[in-house]
Amino acid sequence: MGEVIVITSGKGGVGKTTTTANIGTGLALQGKKVVLIDTDIGLRNLDVVMGLENRIVYDLVDVVEGTCRIKQALIKDKRYEGLFLLPAAQTRDKSAVSPEQMIKLCDELRNEFDFILVDCPAGIEQGFKNAIAGADRAVVVTTPEVSAVRDADRIIGLLEANELRNPKLLVNRIRVDMVKRGDMMTIDDIIDILAIDLIGVVPDDEKIVVSTNKGEPAVTDSKSLAGQAYRNITRRLLGEEVPMLDLETDDGFLVKLKRLFGLRTT
Amino acid sequence: MILDLSKLFGRSKTSKDVAKERLKLVLIHDRANVSPQFLEMVKSEIIKVISNYMDIDESALDIQLTKTRSEEGDRVVPALVANIPIKNVKSSGR
Ligand SMILES: Nc1ncnc2c1ncn2[C@@H]1O[C@H](COP(=O)(O)OP(=O)(O)OP(=O)(O)O)[C@@H](O)[C@H]1O
Ligand SMILES: [Mg+2]
Repeated sequence: MGEVIVITSGKGGVGKTTTTANIGTGLALQGKKVVLIDTDIGLRNLDVVMGLENRIVYDLVDVVEGTCRIKQALIKDKRYEGLFLLPAAQTRDKSAVSPEQMIKLCDELRNEFDFILVDCPAGIEQGFKNAIAGADRAVVVTTPEVSAVRDADRIIGLLEANELRNPKLLVNRIRVDMVKRGDMMTIDDIIDILAIDLIGVVPDDEKIVVSTNKGEPAVTDSKSLAGQAYRNITRRLLGEEVPMLDLETDDGFLVKLKRLFGLRTT
Repeated sequence: MILDLSKLFGRSKTSKDVAKERLKLVLIHDRANVSPQFLEMVKSEIIKVISNYMDIDESALDIQLTKTRSEEGDRVVPALVANIPIKNVKSSGR
């Protein structure tokens, strides 16, 4: 039986789609059968981040309306075994899908896949309600900024009100130089405020932009720091214990981080 | 030339400290899906009860709705945190 994980944030532009693409590809690289669902109807993006935009025939709305079968709408990623995308519709709006339809869809996909990752739109309206409806677990993405953390707090409250307990926090776009001079909240500051468990930290990394340009998730790039962070997060999602700092980064970065966290740099 | 003394002595508040403080305050209100009047009512009732037993510093009384981990540590639960400075315990309360 597959597991449905929603990637959500509240605030827009903090990295939900980037995270969905990278964790999804990471899980496929670990031999899992994975489907990514883009629920951002009207503003679809997961297709371009994944480099699959030219292969769309049917979309999420076609599936729930019964215009096609699920299998017909799933785009198989030929580069990575076991990875599929169900794209959002571009010319409709969020009300074209209901939470009940999402629950039904997720339940059907559970039989075929190990993981169903749901890329949630920004906001707390219909699109959010659809995205979380069928989910078993949630990953809340934030950046180390006041507005993003505030919105994450609101989302955590809404997830818990919807029986999605124990969401995991992903802090994206951390900048060591800024943290070091006291101009960016530390991971500990953010955890202290949000009081939820951390699944991982992704540094602000130019490689994310480069990989998005090419439509190849950074998780496949062995030289990318963000890619390494996403590989670690993928393994944690699979239940592995991966030390938060040690493997997050290369050595130079590691020493800096340890200092930031007040640990001994032995 | 104006010297920024706090900077000279290296104790000035960093912008992330300001961010954290502001976030904590704004979240108290975000999290309390109760009105400020509701909190005021709770506050005055608490003062009433505790005043039967102790003299408290009403002006410094601080009550907030916040979040904490449940005792099993597996969940985040809302918590009412009250900081009530006691001036004196009344003899009748001993
Ligand atoms: N770790 C990172 N380093 C550098 N750039 C990043 C990082 N994460 C995300 N970005 C960039 O930030 C932008 C927004 O990312 P993304 O589209 O994943 O956010 P989103 O939360 O899905 O946005 P929306 O709310 O609009 O759906 C993109 O241009 C992406 O390339
Ligand atoms: Mg997105």
